[in-house]
Amino acid sequence: MSFSDYLLLFGGMGLVTYLPRALPLLYLAHRKMPQGLIDWLSLIPVAILSALLAPALFTDNATRSLEFGKLELLVAVPTLIFALKTRSLGGSVLVGMLLYWLGGMIY
Amino acid sequence: MTPTRDHKQTLRHGASAGWPICLGYFPIGLALGVLAQKAGLPWWAVALMSVLVFAGSAQFICVAMLTAGASTSAIILTTFFVNLRHVLMSSALAVYLQRVNRAFLALYAYGVTDESFAVNLTRFREGGWDRWRALIVNHLANAVWITATTSGALVGQFVPQGALGIDYALTGMFICLLVFQLQGRLYVFTGLLAAALSVVWYLLIPGDSYIVGASMSAATVGYLLKRHYRRGR
Repeated sequence: MSFSDYLLLFGGMGLVTYLPRALPLLYLAHRKMPQGLIDWLSLIPVAILSALLAPALFTDNATRSLEFGKLELLVAVPTLIFALKTRSLGGSVLVGMLLYWLGGMIY
Repeated sequence: MTPTRDHKQTLRHGASAGWPICLGYFPIGLALGVLAQKAGLPWWAVALMSVLVFAGSAQFICVAMLTAGASTSAIILTTFFVNLRHVLMSSALAVYLQRVNRAFLALYAYGVTDESFAVNLTRFREGGWDRWRALIVNHLANAVWITATTSGALVGQFVPQGALGIDYALTGMFICLLVFQLQGRLYVFTGLLAAALSVVWYLLIPGDSYIVGASMSAATVGYLLKRHYRRGR
C-alpha cells in the first residue's frame, strides 16, 4: 500500500472514530437522547466484542468450519477467569500471551 | 498562588489519574505495533494510524482485516460500528462539560476512549475534577499510545514469529474488555447471543459482515427483551 492508500484508510477510520466522539459533546450536550437509543447503544459494546471473539475461538479460519479444540479457546478459559477476578486489562493481555506462548510449545 | 503553580498542579493531578491507563496502554500499544509490522505496515503508517485513529480495538481490527485482505471501505465501516459506543460515552461526559466552548470540546473529543472515559467520568462524579485535568488524562494516554505503537512497529522486526504469545494480545484484550461490559444478566445474554449468531453468520456468509450483522442483531434482540420486560412489569 502507498502513502495515499494509508492516508485514505486511516483518514476515513479517523473520521468515523472522531465524529461519534465529538458530535454528542458538541450538539447533544444540552438535549436529551431518546431512552430507546441509549438502551440499544449500551448493548452494542458487549455484542461487538462477543462477535469478534466467538468466531476466532470456535472456528477454524482457514476452512471456515466449527472447531472446539483450538489453543485459542483453551487459553481463553484461564484468561477469562483472570479477567473476571482481577479486572486488569494489561494483566489479562499478558496472562493470555504467556499461556498462549507456553501452550504453543506443548500443544 | 501563581498561575504557573496552578498549571503544575493541574498537570500533576492529571498525570496521577492517567498513569494506570498509560501502564495498560504500553504493552498493548507495543503489541499492536509488532502485529502491524508483521502484517506488513511500515512504522510511519503505524504512527499515522495512531495519530489519526486513537482507538485501540479498532486499530487491532484494522490490522487483522488488512492481514485478511479486507477492503478499505469494509475496514472503515467496521471501525464506525466498533467505535459507535463512544456516542454513549461522550453523551455521559457532556453532563460534566456543559457550557464549555466548542474548541475545547473538539479537542477533548479526540481523546475519548473506553479507558479515559472510565477514569474521567469516575473522577467527575466524585467531584474535585475539572476539564483541564480530564484533558491531560486524554492527551497523556494518547502520547503514550503513539509512542508505544510506533516503538512496537520499529522493534517488531527483531521479534521472531509467535514470540511471547504476542499473537494472543488482541484476544486477551477483547476478553478483558468483554468482562468490563458484563454489567448484568441482559448484557451476558446479549453477549452469548452475539457469540452464537456471529459463529453461525461466519460459517454461512462469506466476508466480514458477521461482526456488524451479529452485534447489531443481538443488541436489537437484547433491547426488545428489555423493553418487553419493562412493559410487562
